[in-house]
Amino acid sequence: MVDDLLNSSPGLQNFGIFFLLAAGLMLVVLGFVTYAILAERKVMGFMQLRHGPNQVGGRWGLLQTVADVLKLLLKEDTIPKLADKPLFILAPVLAFAPAFMVLATIPFTDKLQFADIGVGLLYYIAISGLSTIGIVVGGWASNNKYALLGGMRAAAQMISYEIPLVMSVLGVILLSGSLNLNEIVEAQKDGWFIILQPIAFIVFFIASVAELNRVPFDLPEAESELVAGFHVEYSGFRWAFFMLAEYVYLFAMASLTTVLFLGGWLPLPFLDFIPGAVWFAIKFSIIVFVLIWFRVAFPRIRADQLMEFGWKVLLPAALANIFLTAFIKELF
Amino acid sequence: MIRTEEMLLNVGPQHPSTHGVFRLVIKIDGEIITEAKPVIGYLHRGTEKLAENLQYTQIIPYTDRMDYLSAMTNNYVICHAVETMMGIEVPERAEYLRVIAMELGRIASHLVWWGTYLLDIGAVSPFLYAFREREMIINLLNELSGARLTFNYMRVGGVKWDAPEGWIEKVKDFVPYMRNQLKGYHELVTGNEIFIYRVKGVGKYTKEDALNFSLSGANLRCTGVKWDLRKDEPYSIYDRFQFDVPVQTGGDAWARYHVRLAEIEESLKILEQAVEQFPSEGKIMAKVPKIIKPPKGEAYVRIESPRGEIGCYIASDGKKEPYRLRFRRPSFYNLQILPKLLVGENIANLIAILGAIDIVLGEVDG
Repeated sequence: MVDDLLNSSPGLQNFGIFFLLAAGLMLVVLGFVTYAILAERKVMGFMQLRHGPNQVGGRWGLLQTVADVLKLLLKEDTIPKLADKPLFILAPVLAFAPAFMVLATIPFTDKLQFADIGVGLLYYIAISGLSTIGIVVGGWASNNKYALLGGMRAAAQMISYEIPLVMSVLGVILLSGSLNLNEIVEAQKDGWFIILQPIAFIVFFIASVAELNRVPFDLPEAESELVAGFHVEYSGFRWAFFMLAEYVYLFAMASLTTVLFLGGWLPLPFLDFIPGAVWFAIKFSIIVFVLIWFRVAFPRIRADQLMEFGWKVLLPAALANIFLTAFIKELF
Repeated sequence: MIRTEEMLLNVGPQHPSTHGVFRLVIKIDGEIITEAKPVIGYLHRGTEKLAENLQYTQIIPYTDRMDYLSAMTNNYVICHAVETMMGIEVPERAEYLRVIAMELGRIASHLVWWGTYLLDIGAVSPFLYAFREREMIINLLNELSGARLTFNYMRVGGVKWDAPEGWIEKVKDFVPYMRNQLKGYHELVTGNEIFIYRVKGVGKYTKEDALNFSLSGANLRCTGVKWDLRKDEPYSIYDRFQFDVPVQTGGDAWARYHVRLAEIEESLKILEQAVEQFPSEGKIMAKVPKIIKPPKGEAYVRIESPRGEIGCYIASDGKKEPYRLRFRRPSFYNLQILPKLLVGENIANLIAILGAIDIVLGEVDG
């Protein structure tokens, strides 16, 4: 359906349909973010001998995040006197928009995908790199020393980890022979790429955690060092937008990992009576759970060690993987 | 034209990782520190001056508020000083209660250090695990003294309260439990690559530096100096127990980490023996006059607190208040080396170095 629309001539009606579809996806994503935050708190609570939210919305705290968002909406919106006002206002949007845009290419099932573009993977990587700009701008515009340090760290970190991320994906591209995410999933019919490309998976996963600014790579925020890092001056809904961007990006990254390495919507053998969407959801949830688990278990790495690790370990490993993959592919 | 500028950054007094109201003014070039200047005194209450107008028993609550993470050792040092001046013989049961309370306090203090240090390094969970165990210790001490942090438990000549029924058994049960948990700590954190990577070789100083800066406690023992007042100048009844003084030779944060965790183990050993030898009955207070008036003269005693050597000097002119009272507060001395360690480090290391010193601001500021 979407393809037909894409090929038809532009008009008000088409625009309306696109807008509604995007709004629909947005609602799904917001629903995810609401409950991902709750899940994170619950899982962390479980691992850290706490209860987690258990008051608002019944025993499970189902409405806790909703209440938090309402609180954030009602909070006073403060802008520091000496901040760069236009940039300060723009930064959260800059961080959020790319995280949402990349979702368009993710194939949730073989039918449910918003844009089946030939260079889907390239699109994802190119757009997702933009969200760094939001963070750097936010750090700069706040006119705060801690925020500036956080922003600079974010920039350095993103550049260092974008490269191994892309390089690790090249192994997958070599095997599937396509940049189209649908075809990458189809290529995993005989074996998921997590089995065929274990090194690529490990490199990709580590790099994606770094891209997400999550523990152990949460240097741009680094609470114990930089207080709150790049968003130290943000409050209320602008701050919520940064958080939203972070979780939407988490959603996108977990989806991409599922598509690239865990066979997307493909079922396990003999279990193909379960629909693809459920499979996708299960694999996706496992990735999100592992990311939450990381946050509970690991300390934070230091900025210079982060660079060293990215350039001296991950990048060579990813390059070696490309070489190895090409070599094996030529032989067999 | 590129122009670089040095940035002046105020770390604290409201920074989450300064362990209280400590302020550090640093000059940074990028993230590299070129100069560090500690500013202290935000928590100064003038304990020593206040003490000059107080009777000796009234001073004890003030010592609770100095090193509030191990108030028992502070209680002990002032009582010990007065007892030394007056030549009071403390009953055995009281001494055992004191030692048990102090060692429990030492474990609690090291647990707080362990948890908050990992929090500084960026791991949240160990903090909560450490506080679970600390809570048990605090409950034990609460049953003993009626307070969770500011115990005000010891008195000149003994202790205020006897152990409640079944308390000794509870301490006995706690020892194997804590040993088991300690194993879990090592599994969770000590072997973690990222943690090792973060602390190994960070904040390194030599034996000579440590001695010149008059460091004590784990900060000294991490450089290979085997100096523990419980062993070298035994006070109370410490000469009755078998225990080791853990020493490392690295001189870095990693060595300090190991010394402290090993000290928890040694404290557990002492507790085990103390509970075993605990006299089933006896007095908890020596015969002490109602109003304590040490003879004219002066005395200085020092004991081993979790943070190092805590000393108490009393100059008495024979009245019921001291003429002059002074505490050697180990955190204050240990903090002196900080500016030297910080030059050339980055901000992440600043937190790791400051945390490894293990300061309590109540004690630094007096």
